[in-house]
Amino acid sequence: MSKPGSEGNPLKVAIVGSGPSGFYAAEALLKSELNTQIDMYERLPVPYGLVRSGVAPDHPKLKQAINVYAKIAESPAYRFFGNVTIGKDIQVDDLKKLYHSIIFTCGAESDRRLGIPGEDLRGSYTATEFVGWYNGHPDFRDRDFDLSHDTAIIFGQGNVAADVSRILAKTRDELKHTDIAEHALDALDKSNIKHIYVIGRRGPAQAKFTSKELKEFGELEDSDPILVGDELILNSESETELEDKSNAGNKKVYDLFQGFSQQNPSDNKQRRVYFTFLKSPVEILGEDCVESVKLEKNALSGDAFMQSAKGTGEYSEIKTGIVFRSIGYKGIAIPGVPFDEKRGIIPNAEGRVTDDNGSAVPGLYVAGWIKRGPSGIIGTNRADSVATVKALIDDLDLQNDSNDMPGEEAAINLLNNNNVNFVSFSDWKKIDDKEISRGEPKGKPREKYTYIQEMLDVLK
Amino acid sequence: MTTVVTENCQKCRFTDCVAVCPVECFHYDDDMLYIDPDVCIDCSACIPECPVQAIFEEDDLAEDQKKWIEINASRAPDLPVCSEPIDPLPGAEERKSELGF
Repeated sequence: MSKPGSEGNPLKVAIVGSGPSGFYAAEALLKSELNTQIDMYERLPVPYGLVRSGVAPDHPKLKQAINVYAKIAESPAYRFFGNVTIGKDIQVDDLKKLYHSIIFTCGAESDRRLGIPGEDLRGSYTATEFVGWYNGHPDFRDRDFDLSHDTAIIFGQGNVAADVSRILAKTRDELKHTDIAEHALDALDKSNIKHIYVIGRRGPAQAKFTSKELKEFGELEDSDPILVGDELILNSESETELEDKSNAGNKKVYDLFQGFSQQNPSDNKQRRVYFTFLKSPVEILGEDCVESVKLEKNALSGDAFMQSAKGTGEYSEIKTGIVFRSIGYKGIAIPGVPFDEKRGIIPNAEGRVTDDNGSAVPGLYVAGWIKRGPSGIIGTNRADSVATVKALIDDLDLQNDSNDMPGEEAAINLLNNNNVNFVSFSDWKKIDDKEISRGEPKGKPREKYTYIQEMLDVLK
Repeated sequence: MTTVVTENCQKCRFTDCVAVCPVECFHYDDDMLYIDPDVCIDCSACIPECPVQAIFEEDDLAEDQKKWIEINASRAPDLPVCSEPIDPLPGAEERKSELGF
């Protein structure tokens, strides 16, 4: 017997989820001095999580992060098990018997709800569904968005709301050479949507867009941003916020809004994106599908940087046939792992999974959105995963010598016994090559497979 | 478009940016950090991390800072990659307060 991670006793780690935080956790383990073996589990046959199915298709440069992950996957100490759902195909209790440690990096797959009447009417969708649909995620392949109306409403003012509204505002020409899924390109081409409202609960000084995402609204082929000047009036707390040197990002966003408000929309452009603030939806109205939304005007209260929006009792209504809510994500519980329903994360202390009493559960770790909630961008997860792996390695130092764990070979036996048709990284590369060659004749970087069966058929 | 490290980094080199870089595009010498524009994916994660606001998107550079585009591009590829945060340069805290941060 010797310490896990030593010469004769490789530290065997299962990573659950193959998005950025999973790959950065793998990278941190591989960079450590330890002798490690990493098995990464992914419920889809294809890796890369939200870099593949979240990052907007018209942001191809961001998707180049994939090159870093593909390089990590080349390590002989790394193995990919795609098409394996933890809790269904293999249980967490099984993994515990096979590996020294498990790191959950499975993200935040569900949406927060508005909690208002009418939220479930036909025509009311989550941003996740729409983003997954245009990015060809198999879960959302067969969603049918009714784009026959002239007005769409998006609740939320973060980058996902920006992605949803920009994709609705773009023309076929602006999207046809991206890796947008073909079914979405065709449906968007027939869209009648001309007016897109992006509605924020707080003011223009608190909007969560990055300036880079916002700037794009001023550069679209057939759409102009609209902002009514008096929307930009600030209370003194918001002025204080924008004057703060550490808040340069929000100041840039505010300046962009101002630029939009001074610009006359072009008569030659068909579409408009309206940015509007200090409004909360109180009801989505309609007989059996969305017909309008009722909004309550808000006022901010509290100190600078702590301001919250409170309803004023003044109401307005916008007619619309389609509504997207983009007000945040939450994680989904995994059988056999503690879960904080309220926050939508796996409860943890610096990446160590904790039980109801707040004590660390030995061997279980978390990183990424399922650890801290849905904040930050791709790179934020690198620092986050490095911190979790540091905790994992620190814990090894405190551990006594322990036995070798069965790891990979036993995992393969178990998956075979359970009749799980798992996908290896070299299998994925075959799917990858096929997707790229499917895209070529259309001038697209790839044409994704959007059904799990199609992906698996490539490997037959 | 690319992302550029400018003169505020000189004599500081805090490397908070490096921790959040998804692609390891930072390089370093004894003076400061540089971004390799061929590797950077323009995600902007590093920009708000810099304690002295030395990092800018190319479009946001002041006229007198535009020279740093070329300096980053030419210096970075020949220097070692900074893949994880390292200690700031001696005197970095003093320099930070001189810069008004």
